[in-house]
This record gives sequence, C-alpha cells and structure tokens, in this order.
Amino acid sequence: MAPELLQVLEDAKTRWTGKVKPGVDGGGAAAFHLECEAPELPDVCNWLFAERGFSFGGLIIEQRTRWELRYVFYGPDSGWAHVVTFLPATEGRVPSVSRLIHAADWHEREAEDLFGLVFEGHPRLGDFVLHNDVWQEGIEPMRKSFDGSRAVASREPDLTWKPRRIVEEAGAFAMPVGPVYSAATAPVHFQLETVGEDVIRAQPRLFWAYRGLEKIAEGRKADDVLLIAERISGTSAFAHSLALCQAVESLCQIEVPRRASWLRMFLAELERLRHHVAAIAGICESTALSVAAAQAAILEEELLRISGALTGHRYLFGMNVFGGLAADLEDNACRHAAAQVAQVSGRLATLQAMLSTSSSFLDRLENVGNVSASNARDFGLVGPIARASGVSRDLRRAQPYCGYERVEFQVPSESEGDGYARLRVFFQEAAQSARIIVEAAERIPAGRVRTPEAVLRPGAALGWVEAPGGAALHWIRLGDGGVVERYRIVTPSFANWHGFRLAAEDFAFQDFPIILATFALSVHENDR
Amino acid sequence: MSQWVIKGLRSGIKSTRYPRTSETAPGISPGLPVATPMSAELAQAMAARCPTAALEPARTGIDVNLRRCVHCFRCARGGDGAIGWERERDFECAGVTSHGDNFGRVFTRSIHILVVDTGDCGACLNEVKQLNNPYYNMHRLGFFFTPTPRHADVLLVVGALTEHMRLPLRKAYDAMPTPKRVVAVGACALSGGIFGPSFMCAGGVGDFLAVDVEVPGNPPAPLAILHGLLVVAGRKPPAPLYRRIEEVDGQG
Repeated sequence: MAPELLQVLEDAKTRWTGKVKPGVDGGGAAAFHLECEAPELPDVCNWLFAERGFSFGGLIIEQRTRWELRYVFYGPDSGWAHVVTFLPATEGRVPSVSRLIHAADWHEREAEDLFGLVFEGHPRLGDFVLHNDVWQEGIEPMRKSFDGSRAVASREPDLTWKPRRIVEEAGAFAMPVGPVYSAATAPVHFQLETVGEDVIRAQPRLFWAYRGLEKIAEGRKADDVLLIAERISGTSAFAHSLALCQAVESLCQIEVPRRASWLRMFLAELERLRHHVAAIAGICESTALSVAAAQAAILEEELLRISGALTGHRYLFGMNVFGGLAADLEDNACRHAAAQVAQVSGRLATLQAMLSTSSSFLDRLENVGNVSASNARDFGLVGPIARASGVSRDLRRAQPYCGYERVEFQVPSESEGDGYARLRVFFQEAAQSARIIVEAAERIPAGRVRTPEAVLRPGAALGWVEAPGGAALHWIRLGDGGVVERYRIVTPSFANWHGFRLAAEDFAFQDFPIILATFALSVHENDR
Repeated sequence: MSQWVIKGLRSGIKSTRYPRTSETAPGISPGLPVATPMSAELAQAMAARCPTAALEPARTGIDVNLRRCVHCFRCARGGDGAIGWERERDFECAGVTSHGDNFGRVFTRSIHILVVDTGDCGACLNEVKQLNNPYYNMHRLGFFFTPTPRHADVLLVVGALTEHMRLPLRKAYDAMPTPKRVVAVGACALSGGIFGPSFMCAGGVGDFLAVDVEVPGNPPAPLAILHGLLVVAGRKPPAPLYRRIEEVDGQG
C-alpha cells in the first residue's frame, strides 16, 4: 500500500480512538477499511472526504446475517478506502451520509427504495427507482425475502400521480418531456420547471428501464451473471464485463494470461473510441450540424464494423470470461483493425479541426452547461464529464489494471467545464484510445488467452474499470458452487446523471438538448 | 460554412445497395446459430450450454429458436462439436407472427416509425439509431422516425418490457392511428432475453401487445432491423424464426 494511504490509516487510529476499527484488505488491493458504529458513520466519511482529499465512489449494501454498509472512497491519488458499518438484521435506520457528502445522495435514495433502509436526515427519500405511481409502498425488492423471479401482483398505474414540483414562484410552470420523446431515445422523463425562457429546475426521472439486474443476478451462476454484466449497458458491454471478471479473478486468484490482458486492453479501448465517437455524433446532431453529425456517424458505423469483423459481435458481447477471453484473436486481424482505427482517428482529427472553426457550432457549446470543479467533486462526477471540469481521476492511471501501466497515454483534462470542454475531452480521449490500440496491436505477446483451471471460491471482492463513461465499480459476493449472493453495480452514468441538472439549470430551453448531448449519458447504465 | 458542403460531397455515397443487392461488408452482423446435425447425445449437451434455451435437442441434431438467442457464442466456441454459425450474410431473419400481414400498397414507400425503448441494454436502441447513419440511410427506402405517435404507422419496440414502461407503451400504441403495425426488435422484446420474465421484466412484448413482425438478435444488425421494416412494408418475404434440423436436412 502507498505510504500516503498508510499515513491516513495511522491518523485514523489517533483521530478516531476507540470509535473506528481500522484494517487492511488482503491481497494487496491497495485498500484499507475503517469499521465504525452507525452514529459515527457520517463523520468518519466526511473526515476522509473533507480533510483527507478522498472522493466518494459508491455505496454497497449487503443483507447477510446483519446489514453491511460499505461506503467506498477513491484515494486522493490512488488507492481505496472503505468505511464499513454493521447494523443488526432487525435495525432499519442509519444516519444519512449525504447530508455531508452530496455524492452519496442518490445511492442512499436507491438503497431506501430497494432495501427499505431509512437514512435519517436525508432530505428527499421516496419515489426514485420504484415509481410510486406503479408500486405500492412496502415492496423492497433487494431484500433476500423478496422473490425476484416472478411478477408482483401489480396494480393499475395511478394516473393522478405527479412528481414533486420545486419552483413555487408565481407563473411558474413545468414542462414534461418523455419518457417517449424525440426520434429514437432511451426512456427518461424530465420535468423542466421554468417561469419563462430559462430552465430553472431540471429534474430527471429515471429508472423506466430498471430491469432489476442486481436482484436477478442473485442465485445465478457467476458465468450467467457475466451475460447480465454485458447487458448493463450494451454500448459499454466490454467494460462492465471486464469489471466483473476482474472482481472474480481477484477474489478467486485466477491468473489472467498476459496475452488476454493485452487483448482486453485493446478491445476496451476500441469500445471507448466508439463510445466517444457516438458522443461526438450526438453533440453534432444536437446542434443540427448535419454534415458533421453524418461524418461522425460514418466513423461510428465503421468502428462497429471493425469490432464485428474482429470478434464476431459489434458490441463485443461474449468475449470476456473469468480467466481471460472466450476466443483468441489473430495477431494479423488485430494489426489490420489497428490500421483501420488509425485511419478513423485521422479522420476524427480532421473533423475536430473543422468543428473548431465553425463559429455557429461553437456558439452553441461555449459557456453552455457549465459545471465547476468543486461541483464536480461534490456530486462525485466521473469520467470525461469530470475531466472536462478539471477532476482528472482516471482509474486506468490511478488504479491500473490489464497492464495500462505498461502503455503510454495521456489523461486529457480541461478546466472550463462547459459543453465545448466536454467535446474536446471526448476528441482527445478518442485520440488516446486510438494510440493505445495501435501500440497494443504491436505488443500483444504470444500465448494462450484463457486460464483453463478457473476455480470459483466463496467470498467478496471489488472490481473496477474506467468504462467509457467513467469509473465503474462491481462488487461481487460468491457463495458455494460459484453462485452469486450479491452483485452491486456502481455505474458512471448513475453518478453523472445525478450531476446533470447542475449543467442544465439556468440555461435556456433551446440549450437543453445540447447540454444533454454533451454529457453522453446512458439511461440503461444508470437504470440497470 | 462551405467547408461542410465540400466535406459532404467529398465523402461520396456510403449507402449500402441493400435491398437491391445483398450486403457483404465484414462486421455488419453478429450472425446466428444454425440448426446442425449431430448425435442426440451431443445435442443434449449442446442445449445445456445455452443460457436462454434457444437450442432444443432434436432426434438428428439441434433446433434453434432464434427468438431466444442472445449471441453469447457459447455453442459456437469450445472444442467438442460446436454448432454451425451463419456469418454476416444471414441478416435477413425477421419473421411474422400469426397477427402479421403487410400494410398493402399505400404504405410501401412511406412509413413513419415511433421507437419505444421499453427497457433494453442500449445496444438494440443504438442499432436502431444506426439506420439513420449514411451507411444504412433508411430515408432512401421511405422509412422515417417520428417523435409522435399521432404520425406513426409502425411502433418499433426494443427492450424487455419493464413494469414502468407498460403504461407509456400502451399510451403510445393507443395514440397511433390505424392501420398500425408493431415490430418487436431484439431477443429481450421477443422473449425477455436474459432479463425476463422477472419481477420487473416481461417475457416478451408479445404478452402485452399483438406483435406483427419479430426481428431476432441481441442486438440485431441494422440490416436485420431494416429487413423487418421491409417485411412490414411487404417488400421482402419473412424468414422462419424457428429453424428445425429436419427442414435443413430436407433442403440439403
């Protein structure tokens, strides 16, 4: 463990004498944990966050013989801290951390909705994951006693139900958008509150595509949960299946052959490149710059075809397995793909140069949808969105996996936090991904791509990746026989949707679709 | 702004010539499993490998229910007797259900489509979006997306129907003028895929709405979805969604 983290651990012992039980996680995971009683929980978390420079990552809750609550924090530069508290099985109340650390807000709302735990002092619990117009109170699907395999006797939706309004000024009105809107969009509802020109409050109502993935994973074999991981977000399938694989591989100490690590990096970057190109296409389309949108769409389709020709699947499904990859790729095919990627990257650079001189396009992005660095940190934003606001954490750098420490790449970062900064970050990261792909194609070592004897054993572990949208954390607990007991998925879109309203509020209605496009959010990844 | 006009012209025509001729570019489709002859014993073992029961052992080989296949490739990879896998050219796989009949001549060259995502993983939705990219350019065939059900002729549904999307889907369908058709796209919309049936997801949209055309795949290739739309328009014949080994043998 890094000396800085050890120092924090030492300081915790003196700062919280008798109140906190510090410990180090085994397996060199660069993580320590602080166990405390529930009343101390918010203060211990806030000590890490406000005084020691840690950032909130996610909340993992498990219902075992007692409740286990695990607040995961990113270290200031690298490493992890877990603040853990246990509650008796009969207890259902815990003080809210989100009063002090706003990034935990949605995590606690979700937990209240799905587990029925009450976070005391949380200002806004209730209608969130489970829509109150469809579900009766008292349904807590993530509890072990709930049978997730069959439909609940459902009731007719309450047509009179309305989401809570926030703006109370005279003449204020709310414009509802979604969940079915525009041409081909994922289901999300916005309540845009206004008194005239500007959007004053932009509350998204999500979880229309909530498929209960964490619940339906329970009781299944780990192999089959891998299929679920791929389908958290089809456009980031490889990243999420990689996170689950890495969690299981670290838990079961399965060695991944070096060839497989390189190929995983190669494919993960191919996915990131395609994701970013799609985001760029979306931004161009939102500003009605149709030639540029078409140019980016051409590149996206070409990248989909490169993926399809290389692996058999345009979204890289079915490649990751525990202990490596399900199929080997030929070196020549990888080099051919890398050459095509280099060509795409060149055309992307041309597109960027043309966009940077199109003033009507820039007018729609510059100084629009601003997110400050302090807001980005307070809301726990991740990925390219955070990096456009100067929060430059990238798990490929901070907490390398797959051998990212062996390749050269930059982590682009901008400070303005506006729509144009986000566009530039997408372009720069796409260029870096292409660069990694080209380098990896030359350096993929020979050997097998899968460890034949992958034996699953009981226990729990955290896996992480820098998914295209940002940091993704996967917590897996396996029981006997490789059966999944708990699967917790913390996704980048969940964090960034939480912060999206920061950007959208106080801008005019016509900016709204553009700001939405610059966030490149995935509804499916958020909803799970 | 003239740079954009020049750029657009320089790019030339990217659009596929499908359906006039076939499309054979690499990487356009994940392909689909093929009913394959094999011993009954091997067929049993093969069916056990499939996580969604898309493979059904038959007397002389293995049958494939395309509506359930999620492209995990577990049957196509791994040493002992992998089953056949149709590569990219076999994207024309949309089938009709008992409800399905095509619109008739009036609609062949202008169909407006309302896309409703009822809870997929985003891959199907992304492939639907690709229909508007220059490679597929569905406008040239008279297909258009519309944001409003009032203008829609076809309801294109992707995703395993979640509890939350039942009401919006019903409202969208009811708001469409008749005649109207429903196209279900992707394994999740056809059979629940790996999501359903569960407490949140249905075992297919067909339980809730009368579906006319089904496009299998996880996700289906853009050209497969295009084929589904051409089937609705009566411009292409449908394909069987259940492939039996006996039929394959008979043809061979």
